[in-house]
Amino acid sequence: MMKFLKRFYLGLILVFLYVPIGVLIVQSFNAGKSRVKWEGFSLRWYEELFHDARIMNALYVTVSIALLAMIAATILGTLAAIGIYSMKKRPQALMMTLTNLPNTMPDIVTGISLMLLFLFTKVERGYITMLLAHIAFDTPYVILSVLPKLKQMNKHTYEAALDLGATPAYAITHVIIPECKQGIITGAMLAFTLSIDDFTISYFTTSPLIQNLSTLIYSAARKGIEPSLNALSALMFIALLILLLIVNHRTAESK
Amino acid sequence: MYNMTLPWWGWAMMLVGLAAFIGMLIISIRRNHGVKRSLFASPYILWMILFTVVPVILIAYYAFTDANGVFTLNNFRNFWDSNYESNKVIMEAMGELGAAYISRGTVNVDTLVYSLWMAFKCTVICLLLGYPAALFMADRNMKLGSTLVVLFIIPMWMNFLLRTIAWMSLLEDNGLINNFLRWLGFEGVQLMYNSEAVLLGMIYNFLPFMVFPIYTVINKMDYRLSEAAADLGCNSWKTLYKVVMPLSVPGVISGITMVFMPSVTTFFIPRMLGGGNTMMFGDLIESKFLVEGNWNVGSALSLIMMVLILISLSILRKADPNGEGGGIA
Amino acid sequence: MIEQEHLIDLKNISKDFDGTTVLKNINLYVRKKEFVTLLGPSGCGKTTTLRIIGGFEYPSEGTVYFEGKDITNLPPYKRRVNTVFQKYALFPHLNVRDNIAFGLKIAKVPRDEINKRVDRMLDLVNLSGYGKRKVDQLSGGQQQRIAIARALVNEPEVLLLDEPLGALDLKLRKEMQLELKSMQQRLGITFIYVTHDQEEALTMSDTVVVMRDGHILQIGDPKRIYDEPANAFVADFIGESNIMRGIMVRDELVHFSGYDFPCVDSGFGEGVPVDVVVRPEDIMLVGEDIGQISGVVKSVLFKGVHYEMMIDVGETTLKVHSTVMQPQGSRVGINIVPYNIHIMKPMVKEASANV
Repeated sequence: MMKFLKRFYLGLILVFLYVPIGVLIVQSFNAGKSRVKWEGFSLRWYEELFHDARIMNALYVTVSIALLAMIAATILGTLAAIGIYSMKKRPQALMMTLTNLPNTMPDIVTGISLMLLFLFTKVERGYITMLLAHIAFDTPYVILSVLPKLKQMNKHTYEAALDLGATPAYAITHVIIPECKQGIITGAMLAFTLSIDDFTISYFTTSPLIQNLSTLIYSAARKGIEPSLNALSALMFIALLILLLIVNHRTAESK
Repeated sequence: MYNMTLPWWGWAMMLVGLAAFIGMLIISIRRNHGVKRSLFASPYILWMILFTVVPVILIAYYAFTDANGVFTLNNFRNFWDSNYESNKVIMEAMGELGAAYISRGTVNVDTLVYSLWMAFKCTVICLLLGYPAALFMADRNMKLGSTLVVLFIIPMWMNFLLRTIAWMSLLEDNGLINNFLRWLGFEGVQLMYNSEAVLLGMIYNFLPFMVFPIYTVINKMDYRLSEAAADLGCNSWKTLYKVVMPLSVPGVISGITMVFMPSVTTFFIPRMLGGGNTMMFGDLIESKFLVEGNWNVGSALSLIMMVLILISLSILRKADPNGEGGGIA
Repeated sequence: MIEQEHLIDLKNISKDFDGTTVLKNINLYVRKKEFVTLLGPSGCGKTTTLRIIGGFEYPSEGTVYFEGKDITNLPPYKRRVNTVFQKYALFPHLNVRDNIAFGLKIAKVPRDEINKRVDRMLDLVNLSGYGKRKVDQLSGGQQQRIAIARALVNEPEVLLLDEPLGALDLKLRKEMQLELKSMQQRLGITFIYVTHDQEEALTMSDTVVVMRDGHILQIGDPKRIYDEPANAFVADFIGESNIMRGIMVRDELVHFSGYDFPCVDSGFGEGVPVDVVVRPEDIMLVGEDIGQISGVVKSVLFKGVHYEMMIDVGETTLKVHSTVMQPQGSRVGINIVPYNIHIMKPMVKEASANV
């Protein structure tokens, strides 16, 4: 009985979380444009999606920025984690405070502060500024995923590599990085998903001409969202789901 | 309109900073007979200074200056009394008589209080809903933990704006819920454009952030503790509030942080589900910058928000000094 | 200035960490094929000395010579020295074979040569057939052997070992001690070994270096260190001992515990206060009236090979090891032969003990 109640409760919460997503997906198959009236099943919006230059452009901006920011943040963050790890106590504490700062700052303040930076330095806002902003908020997450892996490592591992004739560069690429591979991958994935999903910071650091999906949805929201956007996010959702299944399958296999 | 060139002391500070940094590099290389690994952090340090430290300093700079770049506290006075400027003009023109014509503009303070109140409600409800969920998820007899974690994460992959907009299709006057009610023969209800709808949207978006940290802490807990408690005569309720609950405090703290902070500052949810009838502090800041173009007051408001959040974080940290609650799930 | 037979020479080495001095003016040399042990309590500077030789730390002052050449500032990867680390520091992402081959691959040794040498090493440490295993699937003792193999395969001039047996249980540790010693003799490699276990140091070493608070207190072969400790600290640290305050009556006669004992030391002067050290097994228990002094047995403990008895002789209590038990409360006589009485200058705080 208890067990049933527990399951029922969890089920209710999950229904609460999934209802809007179900609504979105159903809407994307609706023949009509109405958000509430069912006018028959159709793939119309999926077709229109690929002809809608604005959506395709926003998709390109979103994915390319997420990828570039992920790569840059992963390199920057991994190096930084190695650096912070080998610092002495006090500078290390300072670095950690500063690394945690963007996490503790509300997104809107981060976005506005970056906007002020670009306005102040008279850098025109657009693709590049959005990319810079994304790298800036992604990097701390990479550091925070890699650092624990470094701390788990035997502290003499790096020295052991040097002792066996490895130059510092070789030791880092052939020993340290392979050993925190898991943390680096986690950090990179986190950076990618955060970047794909970001609205607030992108909103303040880009111009109306360069839009990612979030800012596009925001500006379209007042006029009513086109179901093609639902179709796109349904597709992306399913793509991520498949990715997850593949990753799960592979980790299960490697065990 | 805005003085955008850096004052001379700004350049001086930057130069000094750069010189200090390069000096540090040189000294460190000399002392340590080669490049030290800690220098690997230097690109990030530069990056962080440019994209975290300088922007925050800029906010502070605008918050404490007026449109001409002159030091002033008026932006903070404006926070307290949004009619501050006009009242001053009236008083100067009319002298004593002016007192009858002026009133304090309370919109900023009211919005802040309203936001804090909404965020508080959201946090409490998320805790009440999320704690049992986390507890049941971590239940070893159910063997569902990791699957459920994935099930909780998946919805977050859907663009959060679209998910919020999907709620509109449910809540609208002609939305699915009202249609369903009418089909059952009831009257339609006004579900949207009020603070309840905003609250719902916030709970919907932030609930997973409450569940994950609590789940992580409970899951990591040694299950033999509960067995020990049972062995010592605790029934399951007593075990829950004498053993499990006290030990899950770090997770709760971390959950509260992760829900409360974005709740105070959200500006998309109230704009969509509140339909402009409710304004939250995030909205206010956004409109100060992008609608009114008043960077100085906007910066002052941002600064106030930042300070408030830092204070509440440091209070929360005291309750969880070891940071055991962990950051992200 | 540097003698040619010295493989490694440390000259006036000092090391500060953030204002704390951990090594003060260390002078030490190591000969070819020597087994040298740095021995001392934790925090004495032995590991720092080893790390300076390995190149992981650079001395604040002083010079390190390797075959007469100054290598003070040479990074670890340019030194012909390999290290077995505390807790081994094996590379968890590589299997056993790749761990051992790591250094050879960097040195660009041809592939079949690498295979041959790795196989020989696996043989040497009795782990042939384990090459494909992951290192975290091995027991502590096996990991230990892999760490040794990984260092030795590079045919270093010197092998540095930092408490390599610290994580093993007692029985395994004893086995490994013998194995390491025979390996060192067979391969003819210089070993520099760090430990806080005096028994280990005495069993394995050609030369023991006793350190404390960043100083070297004594350097010598195990027998000399044991039999003629330079001061009361060394005596106490190396094995159990009775340390008493005494006065030199004249050459070859020392007064302690209320009796003038004949001894073999001379040259301290007359009436000078000294520290007297006597090993528990060097005290002979005899009949009450034929001893130099007498006392009462306060307690008896059975220790396996011998009995440990505490004997109250009035001024002090002496610890005695004997295979013959004297019952508690009985009176016994005590004899100490002259050459078992070790006389040393009383310890001053900043003992300068460069031998």
